[in-house]
Amino acid sequence: MSGISASQLPNMSLPRRAWEIRRKAVRMGQVQGQGYVGQALGVADVLAVSYFHALNYRADDPEWAGRDRFLLSIGHYAIALYSALIEAGILPDQELETYGADDSRLPMSGMAAYTPGMEITGGSLGQGLGIGVGMALALRAKNNPAFVFNLMSDGELGEGSTWEAAMSAAHHKLSNLICIVDFNDQQADGKSTQTLSAEPLADKWAAFGWHTQRVDGNDIDALVAAFDTARNLPDPKPRVIICDTLMCKGIPFLEAREMAHFVRVEPDEWQKALDVLDETRPA
Amino acid sequence: MVTRTYDPHRKWEPRIPTPGEGGKTSAMIASLAAEGYDAVPAPFGHALVAQARSDARIVGLTADLAKYTDLHIFAEAFPERFYQMGMAEQVMISAAAGMAREGFIPFATTYAVFASRRAYDFIAMAIAEENLPVKIVCALPGLTTGYGPSHQATEDFAIFRGLPNLTIVDPCDAIDVAQAVPALVAHDGPVYMRLLRGKVPSVIHKHCPDYQFELGKAKLLRDGKDVLVIASGFMTMRALDAAVEAEKDGISIAVLHCPTIKPLDTDTILAQAGQPGRLVVTAENHTRIGGLGEAVASTLLTNGVTPKFRMIGLPDQFLDAGALPTLHDRYGISTTAILSQIRGWL
Repeated sequence: MSGISASQLPNMSLPRRAWEIRRKAVRMGQVQGQGYVGQALGVADVLAVSYFHALNYRADDPEWAGRDRFLLSIGHYAIALYSALIEAGILPDQELETYGADDSRLPMSGMAAYTPGMEITGGSLGQGLGIGVGMALALRAKNNPAFVFNLMSDGELGEGSTWEAAMSAAHHKLSNLICIVDFNDQQADGKSTQTLSAEPLADKWAAFGWHTQRVDGNDIDALVAAFDTARNLPDPKPRVIICDTLMCKGIPFLEAREMAHFVRVEPDEWQKALDVLDETRPA
Repeated sequence: MVTRTYDPHRKWEPRIPTPGEGGKTSAMIASLAAEGYDAVPAPFGHALVAQARSDARIVGLTADLAKYTDLHIFAEAFPERFYQMGMAEQVMISAAAGMAREGFIPFATTYAVFASRRAYDFIAMAIAEENLPVKIVCALPGLTTGYGPSHQATEDFAIFRGLPNLTIVDPCDAIDVAQAVPALVAHDGPVYMRLLRGKVPSVIHKHCPDYQFELGKAKLLRDGKDVLVIASGFMTMRALDAAVEAEKDGISIAVLHCPTIKPLDTDTILAQAGQPGRLVVTAENHTRIGGLGEAVASTLLTNGVTPKFRMIGLPDQFLDAGALPTLHDRYGISTTAILSQIRGWL
């Protein structure tokens, strides 16, 4: 693909942005013949609302001091974030096909030193929220009004460090910290709720002192409302948005597949997935 | 190779790797490529099941990685003795300690990075200090994934060698893994074992049919007059392959397999390294800091045995992401890289 970048089309709808993110993620999966494409398809709506509604950033200056920090605690979701960063114009589309290649800037697990817009090195799960606490404390100390967003997974709810950070954020009244939990109910060994259940999850976050919302993470209107509430709330407390998402969302034949941490995609199915997307392109 | 250090004020430049440079990253779950060897599926899982049939004390725990540590084989055979602890390595280790206190022999599995880095204090105090018989078995040792530093356990020996009571095992192949399991059970104390999982090559018996794993023992797999390679883990396979290759050029390489990193079999190492006229080389899938190489060096020097000595291992840096064959070449632990290093030292 070449020509005008999608980021230069400011009037594109959020559903279309989500579609563009999905399509890029599938293209990256196609390049390597593997990847966490199920997670990427599931979280695409969250990323579309983040990068095209909620976040302040400058595509041509990813280290702009006033930017909202977006932390990808879940390093293996890099395929999804690269898609959003390309869509946002922070990464060039030409690099998409280097995903996972030796010496690419787009390694399969996200790392800060490799990629503009990748704020932290995630992947050792359960670390993003704690780093977010520190960044939120630092921004407040510097009188910088930027927000810190931490995107984490339901699996990370098992790590004790997540709850240390949650308690710390509330204790320090970090109203500039927004945690997004992608709840797709899937982790390495199976369904999250059957591996180590975190329910009742909203009650837990609330009891830890967080302003808590739980929304359909594939409903863009609901996400917009939740992100607006989280940013504009006057309460001196951190905010969490639990997003219930569907793995493989947007590609019905993959949605229907038995779910796994690595969703199975046969070699001939990448193009088929792109074809399905192309038939459902939003305006 | 691109040197990367975190610099918040760096200039970002687009980067398209040239076709010759780029490659395909190995999946995290990919088995180690081993050309010319038969592969055995899930040797750890099957050996643990066999052992557990006659020993009711054995239980299995995992931190959301049963499928990726071959413990799912055990979970299917003994669902009532399998405990899924979720993505929570610290409580898995503490709970394993608790079960050991009550008479069980827990096998606790995760990735090597998470055991060595995240759960270290829990292993130190709840398990090692109490000398409890918990067996910590960890996949993705050293450089066996292209995912980058979050999953590359390049310093686990260095972390664990300082821990009193803890036995450290680095098996070479499917035979080693399978034979180590009963030895771990028989050993009344804590063990950290690096795991090769999935389809694991069967290497040593092809070179040395009589080989038998013994905890705490190094074994000479092949004799040679020019070079002695002391190796552990899959680097023993690489050393054997290098030795076969070098023989064609008239270079005679002995291979001493040292699967127990701690306690080190100092008697065998001193006896072998003390034979005059050989270059002594250590080879490990680990940073050159704090691993097998330094353990052997310390043994030799403090015992007055001073052959010409070199170490093969990973450099003191966070390693790149990429395809494993690329990275093994880049960091000097492929068969080709081992050979060229040894030739350079001779």
